[in-house]
Amino acid sequence: MQAKRTIFPNKILPYMLLVPQLAVTLIFFIWPALQALKSSFEREDPFGFHTTFVWFENYRRLFIDPNYVGSLSKTAVFAFSVTVLSMTLALVLAVAVNRVLRTNRLYTTLLVWPYAVAPVVVGILWWFMFNPTIGIAPYLLRAAGVDWNHRIDGTDAMILVIIAASWKQISYNFLFFVAGLQSVPQSLIEAAAIDGAGPFKRFWTIVFPLLSPTTFFLLIVNMNYAMFDTFGLIDATTQGGPAQATNILVYKVYTDGFIGLNIGSSSAQSVVLMIIVIALTAIQFRYVERRVQY
Amino acid sequence: MIENRPFLAFLTHLVLIIGVVIVVFPVYLAFVASTHGSGDFMRGLVPLLPGPHLLENYGFMLNEGISTAGAPPLSIMLLNSLVMAISIAVGKIAISILSAYAIVFFKFPFRLLAFWIIFITLMLPVEVRIIPTFKVVADLGMLNSYPGLIIPLIASATATFLFRQFFLTVPDELMEAARVDGAGPMKFFRDILLPLSRTNIAALFVILFIYGWVQYLWPLLVTTDSRYYTVVMGIKRLAATADAEPQWNFVMAAVILAMLPPVLVVILMQRLFVKGLVETEK
Repeated sequence: MQAKRTIFPNKILPYMLLVPQLAVTLIFFIWPALQALKSSFEREDPFGFHTTFVWFENYRRLFIDPNYVGSLSKTAVFAFSVTVLSMTLALVLAVAVNRVLRTNRLYTTLLVWPYAVAPVVVGILWWFMFNPTIGIAPYLLRAAGVDWNHRIDGTDAMILVIIAASWKQISYNFLFFVAGLQSVPQSLIEAAAIDGAGPFKRFWTIVFPLLSPTTFFLLIVNMNYAMFDTFGLIDATTQGGPAQATNILVYKVYTDGFIGLNIGSSSAQSVVLMIIVIALTAIQFRYVERRVQY
Repeated sequence: MIENRPFLAFLTHLVLIIGVVIVVFPVYLAFVASTHGSGDFMRGLVPLLPGPHLLENYGFMLNEGISTAGAPPLSIMLLNSLVMAISIAVGKIAISILSAYAIVFFKFPFRLLAFWIIFITLMLPVEVRIIPTFKVVADLGMLNSYPGLIIPLIASATATFLFRQFFLTVPDELMEAARVDGAGPMKFFRDILLPLSRTNIAALFVILFIYGWVQYLWPLLVTTDSRYYTVVMGIKRLAATADAEPQWNFVMAAVILAMLPPVLVVILMQRLFVKGLVETEK
């Protein structure tokens, strides 16, 4: 790993400098993670008197539990939809902002602030808009002949959380797409224009391919966001319901562990989640290294 | 602009205006709701224009709050959120800049191991290790306290990476010159490295302040005493009054107040915010 060519000779000082961060990491990250790993192989009796080592029993039960498998597929649908929806909208807006000259600062300001809104607050905002009794969205939908009720209909509930989660993430994707668009060389676009390519052809044949590093990076980040940062959003809107329709993995870990008090199963679910994060991070970093050479 | 196409220019602005409307509308609706009296929500549809009860509603929430929902006045929760967000930002920056300094400017046994231990924190967000982390904090007696809210969240791999990247670009000559002039490592750090890192620290502060402010799950777990509620978690309690329709005007006043500070930070410090966001995520 890289370090300076010239360095300070001190022997004790570097450890002193590292102690605060390492202490927090070991106590609040590594140790709990190891605990989760350990209890994912154990089963506790109903009174908590003793635990027995059960090998992969918790995992086996997890993957034959229709609720868990359902939660897996719901998470996949949710993460995929949020990623596609928010990235598409953000790309359209970023391309548009990149075309205007004088007002782009104003538009950018008006579009980026949802980044700072907490997911749970986002949930409440959309929950209010879609409230079946007084919300404006069901009112308009009824006028259009759609009977909206996310308290009863699982599909409605899923659509609600997807829209809310995408709404928040547009600002983030927008900023990265704008940064990506600004690094596309103007000369390439001008050359294509001289050769007679119109704006849409120029976008699909030149700009979009050059954006692919940004797009790929955002794909991973958005998956990560949809799977792990939307706990508050789910908690404020549907709480996993109706009938498990929006019970994504991170919400299920919480309800099984804290409300159901099923430590073994919840720990096994934690470990599965850790594996997913590790995979996503690994992909992201491999790709970042590639981009450095590129 | 390469060619002049009036229709495309029109379309561009149309797209942007629709985008802004989509982004702003939910918050506009919440703001409007927060300016009405409680009776205005019985008619079957939310009001779409601001009402006359703005100061009344906000004043009530800030000073008294809805005590039946078990939530303290908003002013207390806002203060808790402020303490939490600022402490998390300052704490993360402080411990990250020190460890990045150690990793870049010194060579010592287990340097690589230390780097990897820090790196691993990226892969273990609170959401995936909820119960054991809660247990550690409970065993340490840190439930219902500011340290319990703050310390478990202050390890940060991204901040450490950002400072490491930046330190690697600092010219070696600076350090050699400092050593020739007789400056020790801590003097070099304080008088040369810290001033050079000023913009990075500011940009990071903006991002981390927002990170700290929007935390939800962690405060929900470690605080049961309403004196330590943060505003983001307290709102949920206001909205979830069992079985009854919430008092929308008060809930929405709380929502607006809860999002105002971080949103203002983003708008007023947009340049630093963009820099911080784009650089920490690389």
